[in-house]
Amino acid sequence: MSFTWFHRLGSPPYVYALAARLTPWFAWPAGLLIAAALYGGLVLAPPDYQQGDGFRIIYVHAPSAWMSLMVYTTMALAAAVGLIWRIKVAHAVAASCAPIGASFTVAALVTGSLWGQPMWGTYWQWDPRLTSELVLLFLYLGYMGLRAGIEDLQRADRASAVLAVVGVVNVPIIHYSVTWWNSLHQAPSVMRLAKPTLATSMLVPLLLMLLGFTLFFAAVLLVRLRAEILARERASSWLREALPA
Amino acid sequence: MAASSLEVENLHVWRGERHVLRGVGFALAPGECLALRGANGAGKTSLLRTLAGLMYPEEGAVRWGGSDVRRDLRSFQASLAYLGHEPPLKADLTAQENLRYWIGTRRRVSEGEVRAGLARTGAESLGARLVRTLSAGQRRRVALAALTLCAVPLWLLDEPATNLDAEGQHLVGALISEQLARGGLTVAAVHHDLPVGGGAVRTLELAA
Amino acid sequence: MSMPQPRVTLAAPPAVVAGSSLTVGALAAGGLALARDLKLAFRRPAQLLQPLGFFVLVTLIFPLTLTPELSQLRQVAPGAIWAAALLASLLALEFLFRDDAADGTLEQYVLSGQSLTTLLFAKTAAHWLLSGLPLALMAPVAALALGAPGSALPGIIAAVVLGSITLSLIGAIGAALTLNIKRSSVLLSILTLPLSLPVLIFGARTTQLAISGGPLLAPLELLGALAVLAVTLAPLAAAAAVRISLE
Repeated sequence: MSFTWFHRLGSPPYVYALAARLTPWFAWPAGLLIAAALYGGLVLAPPDYQQGDGFRIIYVHAPSAWMSLMVYTTMALAAAVGLIWRIKVAHAVAASCAPIGASFTVAALVTGSLWGQPMWGTYWQWDPRLTSELVLLFLYLGYMGLRAGIEDLQRADRASAVLAVVGVVNVPIIHYSVTWWNSLHQAPSVMRLAKPTLATSMLVPLLLMLLGFTLFFAAVLLVRLRAEILARERASSWLREALPA
Repeated sequence: MAASSLEVENLHVWRGERHVLRGVGFALAPGECLALRGANGAGKTSLLRTLAGLMYPEEGAVRWGGSDVRRDLRSFQASLAYLGHEPPLKADLTAQENLRYWIGTRRRVSEGEVRAGLARTGAESLGARLVRTLSAGQRRRVALAALTLCAVPLWLLDEPATNLDAEGQHLVGALISEQLARGGLTVAAVHHDLPVGGGAVRTLELAA
Repeated sequence: MSMPQPRVTLAAPPAVVAGSSLTVGALAAGGLALARDLKLAFRRPAQLLQPLGFFVLVTLIFPLTLTPELSQLRQVAPGAIWAAALLASLLALEFLFRDDAADGTLEQYVLSGQSLTTLLFAKTAAHWLLSGLPLALMAPVAALALGAPGSALPGIIAAVVLGSITLSLIGAIGAALTLNIKRSSVLLSILTLPLSLPVLIFGARTTQLAISGGPLLAPLELLGALAVLAVTLAPLAAAAAVRISLE
């Protein structure tokens, strides 16, 4: 059985070229899906009988929150691969994921807060999901902070990889404990970012948006990855040959 | 003691962006000593640390008794003693206590053996003194005592005669000679030739 | 300049063969590591009191900034105690690996041929005995000062004992990751705090129930579960982190 495709994925020049070829295949569908989802969510879907038009922000909030979690898992997976098999490209992938994931987390927090204003009258509530998102933001910031704090790149890669793996194990524990904590102090249900009961016309744009966000993440990741490889391999010969003088 | 041979093949090690070891290779048989020479920054410490398994080579292999050390790093590390620039001693413990904890974590050692080890390196009067009160040369002698007490076939020494007077330099030479006579191996980074009598000493020059 | 020492010819030290009576098991090695750290700490007893003093000072902030009314302080007592305990244990983490990394003894642990996981667990256990356990014994005093009834004390001690075990173990991972970073205390806190939140949540809830007299077994068991998880997994992560920091 030939695993050469796997081995080639560990080679920076191969990945550099592959990322360039793949990016438009993710970027264009992402743009189309997001546009379709926005149209479906903002225009086509009927207003929720409870929350009126305010609920529409769910089309950005829920996918952002979902992506923030998915990107963290991807980051931890890439970091683990880099840690166990000592593959530098995997560490580059993890490093590229972090700012994207942090941005999704901020987006989820901001949209959650904006959603809260018409719903609760305040910009912030200690809702379990918002609180978990906030903690996730600090997990990202800690990861990026550790990377920035260690000068030696190889050591920074490996140390932050350990942190990412420890973090990903903790995320479900943190989420569970925050939900448990919130349930003790049972706020009236309207205070929670309750998902309105979703009819198909509401669900389809949501799923489209989620898919669009995923492809968007892939496209941005590939672009960042190329930049990351450029920075890491700047002294190597293959790069000097690949780039125009 | 039964000792294996040490083989190093095509070692490439990077420190950050610096390519410090470029294709280093040698073979060392029991009873031989390898002296590492080179200017500051040539990679002597990096080579010793890579041999000890503390640093990871991007390419190449270190073999002990024919098998790659990475296969069972822990038992390889149990067969070696590494002495870096600074003697690893706790300042708030006495020399005797330091050795008891240091060696005791590796093998069973009695107080008498520790005292004898300190006597070998001319440090028996320092046994009950806190390391904090010892001079750099005295600490070096205590660390050398630990070296003999480890009872391992492979010694990796980074400038072992630092801070020692002429008599101390001879002591280091004698200790290495005894190690070689027992069939052990030594790799030592040195600035000056060590007076190692009766033992094959080879030199490896590292270029910066 | 030194007097010529009589040459003592030492017989060759016995060869250490695996399985012989000269080898040291992991448990014995761990015991030595623990004993060494305890002995070192008691040679500098002033350092032992610092995290404790910090804990008391932080708890003092709450009545000074809120209210001297004990009945009202009782409401914030759980939060106050746990915030102070967390901050004090973060402070104490500085002492876990710093000295050993600086003088090269941590490196010798890596090279000892013993399981680094076991040795680091022993070091963390010593650290907990010196900082976490005193904190657990001080917490009831702080709780009383913040208006808790006497009946709450056993529950509070149990909660802080279990919680501080987990905090020490999680903190060990952070301390190992930030070994080589200068002025790392803020980064260490940012790394450790999110991972410690479950302990804080369950611990504060246990304390709250202890004060109000409610059934605290459930959150206490959750604290115990976290401690078991930490004991099993944290030393492994810390060992990986130490090896990486020493590369």
